[in-house]
Amino acid sequence: MSNRVVNILVPVVSIIIGLIVGAIVMVVSGYDPVLGYTALWNGIFGDSYSIGNTIRQITPYILSGLAVAFAFRTGLFNIGVEGQLLMGWLAAAYVGYAFELPRFIHLPLALLAAAAAGAFWAFIVGFLKAKFSVHEVIASIMLNYTALHITNAVIRNLSDGSFKTPTVLESATLRMPWLREITDNSSLHLGIIVALLMVFVMWFILEKTTRGYELKSVGFNKDAAEYAGMNVKKNIILAMTISGVFAGLAGAMEALGTFQNASIKAGFSGIGFDGIAVALLGANTPLGVVFGASLFGSLKYGALNMPNEAGIPEEIVAIIIALIIFFVASGYIIRLGLQKFGKKKEGQ
Amino acid sequence: MEHVIEMLGIRKEFGNFVANNNITLQLKKGEIHALLGENGAGKSTLMNVLFGLYQPEAGEIKVRGESVKITDPNKANDLGIGMVHQHFMLVGNFTVTENIILGSEPTKLGMINIKDAAKDIAALSKKYNLDVDPNAKIEDISVGMQQRVEILKTLYRGAEILIFDEPTASLTPQEITELMSILKLLIKEGKSIIIITHKLKEIMEVSDRVTIIRKGEGIGTVITAETNPNELAELMVGRQVDFKTVKKDATPAEEILAIENLFVTDYRNIEKVKGLNLNVRRGEIVGIAGIDGNGQSELIEAITGLRKVKSGKITLNGKDITGLKPRKITESGIGHIPQDRHKHGLVLDFSIGHNIALQTYYKEPLSKGGIMNYKKINEKARQVIEEFDVRSGQGEMTPARALSGGNQQKAIIGREVDRNPDLLIAALPTRGLDVGAIEFIHSRLIEQRDKGKAVLLISFELDEVMNVSDRIAVIYDGIIIDTVNPKETSEQELGLLMAGEERQVKAVKEGNE
Amino acid sequence: MKKRKLGLLISSVVATGAILAACGGGEDKEKDTSNNAGSDTNTEDAGEAFKVAMVTDVGGVDDKSFNQSAWEGIKQYGTDNNLKEKEGYDYLQSETDADYNTNLNNLLRRDFDLVFGVGYLMGDSIGEIAADNPKAMLALIDAEVDAPNVVSLMFKEHEGAFLAGVAAAKMSKSGKLGFVGGNNIPVINRFEAGFVEGAKAVNPDIEIQRNYTESFADAAKGKITANAMYSSGVDIIFHAAGQTGNGVFSEAKERKSKDPNANVWVIGVDADQYAEGKVDDKTNVTLTSMLKGVHKAVVEVSNAAKDGNFPGGTTITYGLAEDGVGLADSRGAIPEDVLAVVEEYKQKIASGEITVSESLK
Repeated sequence: MSNRVVNILVPVVSIIIGLIVGAIVMVVSGYDPVLGYTALWNGIFGDSYSIGNTIRQITPYILSGLAVAFAFRTGLFNIGVEGQLLMGWLAAAYVGYAFELPRFIHLPLALLAAAAAGAFWAFIVGFLKAKFSVHEVIASIMLNYTALHITNAVIRNLSDGSFKTPTVLESATLRMPWLREITDNSSLHLGIIVALLMVFVMWFILEKTTRGYELKSVGFNKDAAEYAGMNVKKNIILAMTISGVFAGLAGAMEALGTFQNASIKAGFSGIGFDGIAVALLGANTPLGVVFGASLFGSLKYGALNMPNEAGIPEEIVAIIIALIIFFVASGYIIRLGLQKFGKKKEGQ
Repeated sequence: MEHVIEMLGIRKEFGNFVANNNITLQLKKGEIHALLGENGAGKSTLMNVLFGLYQPEAGEIKVRGESVKITDPNKANDLGIGMVHQHFMLVGNFTVTENIILGSEPTKLGMINIKDAAKDIAALSKKYNLDVDPNAKIEDISVGMQQRVEILKTLYRGAEILIFDEPTASLTPQEITELMSILKLLIKEGKSIIIITHKLKEIMEVSDRVTIIRKGEGIGTVITAETNPNELAELMVGRQVDFKTVKKDATPAEEILAIENLFVTDYRNIEKVKGLNLNVRRGEIVGIAGIDGNGQSELIEAITGLRKVKSGKITLNGKDITGLKPRKITESGIGHIPQDRHKHGLVLDFSIGHNIALQTYYKEPLSKGGIMNYKKINEKARQVIEEFDVRSGQGEMTPARALSGGNQQKAIIGREVDRNPDLLIAALPTRGLDVGAIEFIHSRLIEQRDKGKAVLLISFELDEVMNVSDRIAVIYDGIIIDTVNPKETSEQELGLLMAGEERQVKAVKEGNE
Repeated sequence: MKKRKLGLLISSVVATGAILAACGGGEDKEKDTSNNAGSDTNTEDAGEAFKVAMVTDVGGVDDKSFNQSAWEGIKQYGTDNNLKEKEGYDYLQSETDADYNTNLNNLLRRDFDLVFGVGYLMGDSIGEIAADNPKAMLALIDAEVDAPNVVSLMFKEHEGAFLAGVAAAKMSKSGKLGFVGGNNIPVINRFEAGFVEGAKAVNPDIEIQRNYTESFADAAKGKITANAMYSSGVDIIFHAAGQTGNGVFSEAKERKSKDPNANVWVIGVDADQYAEGKVDDKTNVTLTSMLKGVHKAVVEVSNAAKDGNFPGGTTITYGLAEDGVGLADSRGAIPEDVLAVVEEYKQKIASGEITVSESLK
């Protein structure tokens, strides 16, 4: 079997196996899998409203996936995307309502604020690693909690004791009336364009620039990079900071697109942590992240329709969705199986 | 004599690459059979086929005259085949006994019976004169001892046929001698041995017959007693090999590198270079001879800017380069073949093309305005690959990891030489390489010298230092203890100098006069 | 007697709605259309019933308080009208606040005639959906949205909590009380303020420890908070924290089962949480519960809408006077004399003699 065929077959077979196992779960617990999957399908692609919201759900996943993937490619594990995202979320929401500016300045400024906030939060991690050898996983996990509580406190102050900031102004929102119109009032917003632009940016940095070459060198082999005269510490800080830019922008998607404000959170949004899975599903490549995020976002959004249309309880739905993602992530096993199968065939 | 193992016409492919083609190897009972070939010739592949890790595409394996299919290592174990890997497979914080019984734990009423196992192992150890303490922890014993544990492991599992994969690669000379006598003892006790190696000296010393493979093809089998190293080398490489490097006399010109009173500390802040003085002139190769750990690494790192200089002065072409950043030093005209090619020399996950750009990627024409020009980089890579005979499956697109050690080293040398530096530092440039590659690298170093460059060679191998250098500086405990002319010295004298016996050497010299 | 009161309430509700709508002026038309839409569906699908559904907040439908109470109301409406679950009445759960819009929309698309959004956090979403679907009838519990097709249902939690405070202060032996809140938001502030004022009213020297866990869904956090309070001598905790409050119960039950003489009590919230406090057949740590008539409000609004009297554009407030809040049966945990004091305060508040603050100064 040629490599190309295997590469296409693996994800397809993985998803099919995931769906079959999910169907078994439904049958065992007394629900109709055909009805369930129809509901899932309709929840994702059923009408323009669903499609719009599915894309809206995918958008922050792309960015959090990019953040994790970028760090991975440069030899760092940024588990702090969640915290960077929360900082970006708050920054974008604040700039979004606190300033009155023309749209062509206001929206970019709000996005920039989010990127800067995320970058700053990640910079701390990179700085600690470069200067004091503090492991980035520890530093960024702790900064996740710090970010959660800092943003909560700031939001409380900004909102005079309420639980959310004022709504962002028209001039800073990513929502567009025409987008709502063509998607039957879904909350689809312009963020998807920002996200796809960032996919290109990540690809461009890593594959085209000397800086990307340095970042990758440092990521793969610090000693060789030092030998080649690269400034390893500077590159670690920079890698983390760029990763934080993506994370911060993911927060801006929520602030300026989905919610139009920042509100006090009881816990993490989960988008940052899911970004790890998205990045790994996408093999840490920019395009792969788009696919990983699409899978994650679609399933997550479409799942809402399963209790609605097919009456399957949330708990079972959660199991089914997790199973599908599990099998896609286990693609390696399926790859092995396919190769063995191929070999046997050749042997005959 | 009967054959315990026959591998007949073995063929193994990986995709389009043929790793083994029509190789035949017949192991007689009670012999030491050497499997000789260059790095990447397919020796390990063949042995992995025998050990059940790979399935051959064609050919037949017979064990004790019976045709068998070895599907996995357990099957190989059952057939009495044991393998001592180059990289030991031991658990560091387990004892010798625990490591040996791992995977086939003897049980008594469901409990692991360590005591009896330890007794058995002690007895085995005594029988084969291995001198292993069954209760010692792996992490506490030497590399040579760990290898014996691996040998014991195969014996404990009843191996009659032992395969040794590059067994001497990580051993000290003394440990090598001991290993050789262990091999002979094993044969005396009725075992049969296949030893994979590319070291001709060992083959001549220990083996009965040699099977040679070259680029995946079986070349044939010869009786050791009827051959000589030159013939073996020729069979292995496919052409005449000169062991004695031929070179013109050096014509040293002005001083390129000058080191004055240099002090350097290592990572634990312990002084490793203690007031070292050295100079290298245009058109000469200065070899630094010394036992590992006498300050060689720190010296090179200090010259190249990878380590801080505590005090002293390093000048290149009369310009003070002490304490400059590595890149500044590189740009001042130093090429550096690092001693650990995997750690410093290459980014293994990059393609060879990207690795060729490692020192110059930021300069035109390889990049412009911060944007890489991969077209130019690949062009440059192709040129270096061709010029330095780097053999790789997919040319400049081959991942560096997929190259054999020799070809990796050639790529590094190509990259460094291509920049045309005034001073080329070559640290252990031939470590772990086969004869063909060593010969190639030596000739390239000499070529640099003949082009009027200065070359600083650091090596632990006396042969290499004596063959290649024009001057030998012996390093001992952080200083150059003496500088000698290779034509006027002997291995004995160098050996004594390297051991720090300055006075005795002088005495020997005086006595001779 | 109860029946009469109910009828009174509905008529007053409808009247307020009408008056407010009349004052709305420009909104009049829209309000009419929405109301007509309601009755249209009713008359058009003559055979079909008036269908009602709800969307929970992140606490989930089985949070044993707030969402559950609303769902009980929906269910009661369903059974009263012989509807089938999923078809005639249903709920959808929200896992994150990003799900509110979709869930509300999904229910509207399934032609539910009236959809409830449960919880303060759903205000924005209800507002958006109401604007997008001017013909839909929506109800929002615990927050106000100014839209002609939304009825906002508010509760005077502070009045009920005042009674809880009175009972707690009277029952406390240590003179120390605890309050565990969910998010620090106006609704919960009302619980807090009422509880503190009520306790101080009968015992000005009483000490009240207050803590916001910033979550309605984190039982572990509730348990830790309760542990700290009980350990410092608090003997009665009043929680207004949804599922987080379940942690308060489990801490109290643990203490009680370890030491049957331990003087630990919990005052439940929203629904009668007696079952939550059960240690064994004889022991229960629930002192009482502050009832919030979500259940009742849901039923009333549903019935009104069914009858073509959807009070869109209005805010309906349920207090002690309307019997919208109150204390649950203590099943003997609170002695008669204390209950008499509680009743006394209840009358004073209902009659307007005492005004309870909505937040602490």
